[in-house]
Amino acid sequence: MPNRAPPTALGRALAPNLFDLAALALVVGILVIVAYGAHQADAPLTVLDSTPISLDPRSLPEYALRTTLRMLAAIVASLLFTFVYATLAAKSRRAEMVLIPVLDILQSVPILGFLTFTVVFFMNLFPGRVIGAELASVFAIFTSQAWNMTFSMYQSLRNVPKDLEEATQSFHLSWWRRFWRLDVPFAMPGLVWNTMMSMSGGWFFVVASEAITVGDTTVTLPGVGAYVATAIKEQNLPAVGYAVLAMLVVIIIYDQLLFRPIVAWADKFRFEQTASAEAPTSWLLNLFRQTRFLRTLASRISGAVESTTRIRLPLPDFSRLKFNFNLSPRLIDAIWIAMIFGGALWLGLIVVQFIGETLHWSDVQTALIDGFYTLIRVTVLIAIASAIWVPIGVWIGLRPAVAEKVQPIAQFLAAFPANILFPAAVVLIVHYGLNANIWLSPLMVLGTQWYILFNVIAGATAFPGDLKEAATSFHLRGWKWWRYVILPGIFPYYITGAITASGGSWNAAIVAEVASWGDIKLHAVGLGSYIAKATEDGDFQRVVLGIVVMSIYVTLFNRLLWRPLYAYAENRLRLG
Amino acid sequence: MLDVVNPSANAALIDLKNVNRSFAKANGDELVVLENVNLTIKSGEIVGLLGRSGSGKSTLLRIIAGLVKPSSGDAVCRGEAIDGPPRGIAMVFQSFALFPWLTVLENVELGLDALGVAKPEQRKRAIAAIDLIGLDGFESAYPKELSGGMRQRVGFARALVVHPDLLLMDEPFSALDVLTAETLRTDIIDLWVEGRLPMKSVLMVTHNIEEAVLMCDRILVFSSNPGRIAAELKVDLPHPRKRLDPPFRALVDSIYARMTQRAEPRPSSSEGIPGTGVGMVLHPVSTNILAGLIEAVAAAPFNGRADLPVLADRLQMEADELFHLSEALQLLRFGILSEGDFLLSEAGRAFADLDTDARKRMFSQHLINYVPIISLIRRVLDERPSHSAPAARFRNELEDYMSEDYAELTLETVISWARYAELFAYDEKAEMFSLENPN
Repeated sequence: MPNRAPPTALGRALAPNLFDLAALALVVGILVIVAYGAHQADAPLTVLDSTPISLDPRSLPEYALRTTLRMLAAIVASLLFTFVYATLAAKSRRAEMVLIPVLDILQSVPILGFLTFTVVFFMNLFPGRVIGAELASVFAIFTSQAWNMTFSMYQSLRNVPKDLEEATQSFHLSWWRRFWRLDVPFAMPGLVWNTMMSMSGGWFFVVASEAITVGDTTVTLPGVGAYVATAIKEQNLPAVGYAVLAMLVVIIIYDQLLFRPIVAWADKFRFEQTASAEAPTSWLLNLFRQTRFLRTLASRISGAVESTTRIRLPLPDFSRLKFNFNLSPRLIDAIWIAMIFGGALWLGLIVVQFIGETLHWSDVQTALIDGFYTLIRVTVLIAIASAIWVPIGVWIGLRPAVAEKVQPIAQFLAAFPANILFPAAVVLIVHYGLNANIWLSPLMVLGTQWYILFNVIAGATAFPGDLKEAATSFHLRGWKWWRYVILPGIFPYYITGAITASGGSWNAAIVAEVASWGDIKLHAVGLGSYIAKATEDGDFQRVVLGIVVMSIYVTLFNRLLWRPLYAYAENRLRLG
Repeated sequence: MLDVVNPSANAALIDLKNVNRSFAKANGDELVVLENVNLTIKSGEIVGLLGRSGSGKSTLLRIIAGLVKPSSGDAVCRGEAIDGPPRGIAMVFQSFALFPWLTVLENVELGLDALGVAKPEQRKRAIAAIDLIGLDGFESAYPKELSGGMRQRVGFARALVVHPDLLLMDEPFSALDVLTAETLRTDIIDLWVEGRLPMKSVLMVTHNIEEAVLMCDRILVFSSNPGRIAAELKVDLPHPRKRLDPPFRALVDSIYARMTQRAEPRPSSSEGIPGTGVGMVLHPVSTNILAGLIEAVAAAPFNGRADLPVLADRLQMEADELFHLSEALQLLRFGILSEGDFLLSEAGRAFADLDTDARKRMFSQHLINYVPIISLIRRVLDERPSHSAPAARFRNELEDYMSEDYAELTLETVISWARYAELFAYDEKAEMFSLENPN
């Protein structure tokens, strides 16, 4: 599937504005309230009476299944969230004013920083029961998946063709029916693509969220992530190997049994009115379409699903719902905006007060400086990864036979949770006595560099044949060929990949700047290790400060670098 | 075919009284799109709304469809004020508006969906509509597998299946190629004449004069800026109508004449109606096509004077397109429109005989003399020491007179003409006009 889905909220204005600031205050403020509640409860986390993780490879299938189910639960939650949030934001101008900047901040917030609060929060909801920890883990995965799916859906909803909208109105479809007949199908291609990307990022977080340490308490959930964590603690390298193998199998099965069929099926929702030259295929989908028994089964199920979208809900027709306040819309807008900023100011004060309880300006300075180190790491690493993978990706992409074989591997590598491999790096660094500040850094892009590779391959594959021929016939070679032919051609694709890679790297910093192997702990100076250490100490104030600083760094990095580049690529260099 | 004898059939299906519609412009002023439109549609007629693109006829159609609200005036459908899409009205779209993820059958059934028709009955009616419109065999195909003509047939079937009293058609044939459009038109008219179509009346929007004369019982000619009904014509020719019959030709010619009459540049008024001066709306017309048209009219058999319908036919152009072209030439004083004819001026004849460089010089002279916005830009560029100016400066000025879209179109036209004439340069990235041409 060609990567055409725009990364995240690029339609929005470039410069950060007041609404972004308000959104930051809202997001962090709510986090602080949750953290504060957790803090107040102050009871030690009740120990779960779960069986300890066994490193026997025979228990891996069960762990893998548990991990997979967590992923599924999170993706279902993300879809529901997407449907509600994106619809609200797209249909209501006033809701949009708040929801979209908030979403924008949410996707810049380091998810792993969340874990501390959410674990405490959910475990207090269900004291002494595993379900609390399970929910916390699912929530962590959810927060890594939902935002880009929601943005994709929101952008689709904003671009529903006017004539189709008029047709649904003119044929009197109810809003429920319209949602399933027009809105969801139209958003489907982008949504499927983003769900796949989310899934692929999600494996990283499922591994990270199955074994969480808050203060003195460590919560482990049976799963591949906890298995790896235990293996690290016991310095059991073969067990890490088994986990890698298990993850490999799980990802392949997921791809073959779930995503490939969905992508092939979703091809019919592409809006282009021409038949596509090369439709994606899936053996499983073909099996269902060609076998009589399975076909009947499938059509029964789809018939049942379809009829639920036909239900006449006894709900009022919201589009006709009108409040008559006798106020001018401008006045209502003013009141609404005042409410938003009032709320943001209030929450902002709570945040400042919360952080100020124990911290001073010097701590803010420390966090900012640590953030700067991480910024340098991300920038340098993305640059190095680009220098390596762009030429390789171009070489592969221009050879269709090779690209066909390599592309699935690159996509697989992007999905593979790189944190499973961290122990190997720690062993190497310790063995050769390397500088952790430098050599822990590559772990940040270990899992995310593949986004650059497969986007560049996609771009080079899609590069028009006539332009290639023209370049050859005008004897363009060497640097000139790169400068005037291929680099501009793949640039939009490269940017898409680099944005995803850099976002992922910021998040990975929290687990990559601190890595351990048994008793050995490696530590690199940076905002990621700052947050990780604060989490370990149960120092909520520092965690919040770290999250705020990282959100600001990520948001500014996106606004000042990636979005202008992306806008430039879309306007000037998009072919066709 | 239709129960014309039924007394209730004479009651108006649609009744519009003094309907106005305006949109807000960038500077906060109102842009009037429809002005004092009165219109009644009775049972058993095909009514055509004929006008230039941008004359507001599509807006009028959408008011009747309940998709757009009038700013003032009454819009009534069978005695009830129109508020949201009324029951008993179905629409066929210019772009077909088919759902690409639904099959032909599902697309057609969608029309019945909200009516609460039971599923088996839905299927029966949908198949009947598909058969009627000549789509049998395509039930399970997806729209992207169909040709344009077949897609629009699905659009018709979807509208017919609800058995509407009034069928609205928004330029239903204009996205189709000439042959396909003609086949579909004939099929629809045949079904109508045979009384096999379920609706009582049809209202169709078109900018194609011959199409209106071919299909309609009554034609309302729209004038632009603001949209008004300028004339109403009855077409009494019996079906099937033949394009080459003298009465048919006479009617077409008279409509051409009527529509070109209004093409004279009107004085700009205080209300900001696009007219002469800086506030003139320019339509992007390629200089190549302008030159080609001059050459075509200068050559035999026209020798400097062309009958517009004949010219349109010969150049395979829509009337609307030809209007834009000949108006652009008239504005530049290369020709004159009168009584449905296009005459080359002295300058136009001279232009036809010149070589490329001389043509450019002449074109640039005419631009400076006759297109106020271009002479303004040139003057500003000459006066400024930097010899450059941002496009926004002129866009704002244009937006005082016209909508943002038209300002954009006008600016686009200015840039392409000025580039051809080498009057000034434009940097798209910086959105700056300048006198520097890269050497």
